[in-house]
Amino acid sequence: MPDSHDVLFRTLADPTRRAIFERLCRDGEQTVAALTARAGVSQPAVSKHLGILKQAGLVHDRPAGRQTHYRAHPGALAPLIDWTSQMAGFWESRFDRLEDLLRRMDQ
Amino acid sequence: MNDATPETLSVIIERDLPYAPERIWRALTQPHLIAEWLMQNDFQPVAGHRFSLRADWGSVDCQVVAIEPHTTLSYAWAAYGVETVVTWTLLPTSTGTHLRMEQSGFRADQPQAYQGATFGWQRFAAALEQVVARTE
Repeated sequence: MPDSHDVLFRTLADPTRRAIFERLCRDGEQTVAALTARAGVSQPAVSKHLGILKQAGLVHDRPAGRQTHYRAHPGALAPLIDWTSQMAGFWESRFDRLEDLLRRMDQ
Repeated sequence: MNDATPETLSVIIERDLPYAPERIWRALTQPHLIAEWLMQNDFQPVAGHRFSLRADWGSVDCQVVAIEPHTTLSYAWAAYGVETVVTWTLLPTSTGTHLRMEQSGFRADQPQAYQGATFGWQRFAAALEQVVARTE
């Protein structure tokens, strides 16, 4: 669906936001404070990025006392990872190149 | 094992080509020719041989699974945390060769396998960045 593609692309186009998402993928659930310590931006900025990631479905939050814990939801990337259609397009273009090569080969 | 077989999907591309199987076989198995249409590589036509396909966006880890000259070639294909098998089949016809490529083993629940595939993710992110940069 183009809409969900747009949202995902726009959400992940920002390097800081992408770094936060990557860290959650890699290191598991974390608090805003823990993320801020390594993000290189202020806590309000991290919270804002997390809000945008949450809207895109890329992270889930879990309030616990005064802290909110965030974890990655990589399943939300599924629209971008439709492997079969991506690979079909890839192979079609490679077949074209193969045919072009075969034309140029002798025998 | 009482697990249900996970649903798998395939990509199949078939074309009729006006060339003898021998010529197509060379294009599929000689590294300098493979590089011209697929990717840079260190392929060898030997069962069990591990090789990689390299492009500017990353690389694919492969291993020759089966090889029968001029007839069939299959190799494991692992990229972005997704493991599949690519099988080439050459069938002689009256006008040349029917060439068939099947890439099989995509699991319907594959996005889940993505979790923790951080290496793949980083490459994917880099590729995504390029795509986004181009579309702006």
